[in-house]
Amino acid sequence: MLETPSAVPSSARPQRPRVGLFVTCLVDLMRPSVGFAAVKLLEDAGCVVEVPRQTCCGQPAFNSGDRDTARALAEQAIEAFAPYDYVVAPSGSCAGQIKAHYPELFAGDPNIARKADALAAKTYELVSFLVDVMGVTEVDARFDGTVTYHDSCSGLRELGVKRQPRQLLATVEGLTLTEMKENEVCCGFGGTFAVKYGEISNSIVEKKTENIVASGAHTLLAGDLGCLMNMAGKLSREGQPVEVRHVAEVLAGMTDEPPIGAPAPGK
Amino acid sequence: MTVHVTSPKFKDNAHRALQDEQLQKAMGNVRQGFIDRRAAVAAKLPEFEALRDSARDIKNHTLQHLDLYLEQYERRVTAAGGHVHWARTADEARRAILDICKRVGARTVTKGKSMISEEIGLNAALEAANIRPVETDLGEYIIQLRGEIPSHIIAPAVHLNATQVESDFRRVHTHLDPQRDLSQPVQLLTEARGVLRDRFLAADVGITGANFLIAETGTSVIVTNEGNGDLTQTMPKVHIVIASIEKVVPTLEDVSQILRVLARSATGQEMSVYTTFSTGPRRPEDVDGPEEYHVVILDNGRSSMLGTTFQDMLRCIRCGACMNHCPVYHAVGGHAYGWVYPGPMGAVLSPSLIGVDKAGHLPNASTFCGRCESVCPVRIPLPKLMRHWREREFERHLQPATFRSGLGFWAYFAKRPRLYRLATSVAMRGLAWLGRDKGRFKTLPLAGGWTDFRDFPAPQGATFQDQWKSRRAGGAK
Repeated sequence: MLETPSAVPSSARPQRPRVGLFVTCLVDLMRPSVGFAAVKLLEDAGCVVEVPRQTCCGQPAFNSGDRDTARALAEQAIEAFAPYDYVVAPSGSCAGQIKAHYPELFAGDPNIARKADALAAKTYELVSFLVDVMGVTEVDARFDGTVTYHDSCSGLRELGVKRQPRQLLATVEGLTLTEMKENEVCCGFGGTFAVKYGEISNSIVEKKTENIVASGAHTLLAGDLGCLMNMAGKLSREGQPVEVRHVAEVLAGMTDEPPIGAPAPGK
Repeated sequence: MTVHVTSPKFKDNAHRALQDEQLQKAMGNVRQGFIDRRAAVAAKLPEFEALRDSARDIKNHTLQHLDLYLEQYERRVTAAGGHVHWARTADEARRAILDICKRVGARTVTKGKSMISEEIGLNAALEAANIRPVETDLGEYIIQLRGEIPSHIIAPAVHLNATQVESDFRRVHTHLDPQRDLSQPVQLLTEARGVLRDRFLAADVGITGANFLIAETGTSVIVTNEGNGDLTQTMPKVHIVIASIEKVVPTLEDVSQILRVLARSATGQEMSVYTTFSTGPRRPEDVDGPEEYHVVILDNGRSSMLGTTFQDMLRCIRCGACMNHCPVYHAVGGHAYGWVYPGPMGAVLSPSLIGVDKAGHLPNASTFCGRCESVCPVRIPLPKLMRHWREREFERHLQPATFRSGLGFWAYFAKRPRLYRLATSVAMRGLAWLGRDKGRFKTLPLAGGWTDFRDFPAPQGATFQDQWKSRRAGGAK
């Protein structure tokens, strides 16, 4: 497990770093508004954001035992994101795949290993990048309500994302954070696990929604869309009135879109 | 194979476990107790993380020189007057034990808690030879009465509640007053203690496991909380230790290091109540102890893990922290895993010992949340090792064909970024249109594993990459 990284001294990074946004498949396909929230947060922090053509980091293949596909997709990403000072993803899971697992994928191939290591070294999860690398201490956003925050597993345990989202959420006007019980326990998503072992996944997410509801919060936040879709899907199936959003939407003050799994206003 | 393997039916087992209200209640207790106690006791010890490194390094060093330390251990045991029996397979281990028991004419054998005994199906073998095995660890005693296997490697009866134990005791202890009060756990404990006391006195052979075998002294070490292990190994004339090859560590100093993380990780105790060291049979000046001391050392597939990526698994010191912190274990309990070793450690070890064709579900039934690795006292990368099993399964085409073709279909597009953008662009607009009223789907074709239990949120519409491109083209940011 990684130690929580400390802030990079400002002298060690470019004045206006070029950031390649790794938007992640789920944000790209399901909830683009999270991508635009990430762009706003990065630009507000002084970054120049670019979005090279991309698909997936390869984690579903990697975790399914298909190393060849995982390598092919990793090489694609290594190539696409080589030109940037930093690579940032609004997901601890996808950033974790690049940071923790790409080097392992190419450990036996010195030519690519060097590039994989280089990409891993400059890749970050969005909120920890803002705090630890860009030195962001506050955001310019307002959100009226009580929120609770779920620590998604990969971000927490592979990348040490824990205090950074809380630090920034504390500066959102009108927002109160109330912690749920067992906020570091998995929500039961686990990628393909949620479908392959749906019944077990369901039992795990039931315990999670119980803790979410018991927290009394009006809105659930987390940093990974997979986990959020799982929890949102369970909350709505249970008829719970808790709204669900990616933490970037709230930090960017971009909460006009309906919450995850909710209809557009007037529908 | 003597223990019936139901791992191939993991999904059915899990389904039954999830329907079992009593089990679900019992698992709720696991979820809290073990976790809080471990966290509290680890927080009190500043060097806890450093000790985990040290424990890992000791085990790694030992595994790199396993042959040398095992031979040294054998020499020391022999010098102390004991006997070492090497067993390549479960069958050889059972035969070695049965031969000793038969030679001394054993009728009753008391047993301390041993997972290796479960692994080789020792009780069934003893019974078949008309020798009565009596489990003396309370949890093991209870599941022996019920004809079950342990559901947890250190808390074998954790899936049961006191009412179930009471009814088992009333069913089996028929020599006692049927009107007796067994409503309090302490009454159950007292009754078991009384029954077992007679067994200790009657036993001809005592069989224990070992948490460690110390190479420099030829000592076996057991870590217990009930004192039953000591009575098992000192009262009968013959003591047999059954342990697997990776239990050996070089020195007493190494053991004392690892002991500092073992109980803390397992039960959240600083030390277990008893830590007992046994070296050879009774010496002339000893006041008690067995006349014969035997150690049966089992391989059963472990040596084939050496030098492979699975060697890391042989560091395991059987504390159970991984299962105590596993959301899947919490959901389905230990029996669903279908063989002796449950939870994350079982998901890695079982395929090595009984074959990935049988145990293939186990390394797949994980969310890879990583909490097991984060608490493992010897830092075994459990998710990584489970992933390695998935790779072996993928190579051997052992996963379901539908899953494989689904993965292949997705990979085809993911490897072609232009086509991917086109296809996802059309698909997401369509899906968003279908879900526009509710913002979610109650059912979706091919996604029953998801929508049977929860809604599927609808996408917003145009993909991020489409919108980004058109904003760029339109001169907007």
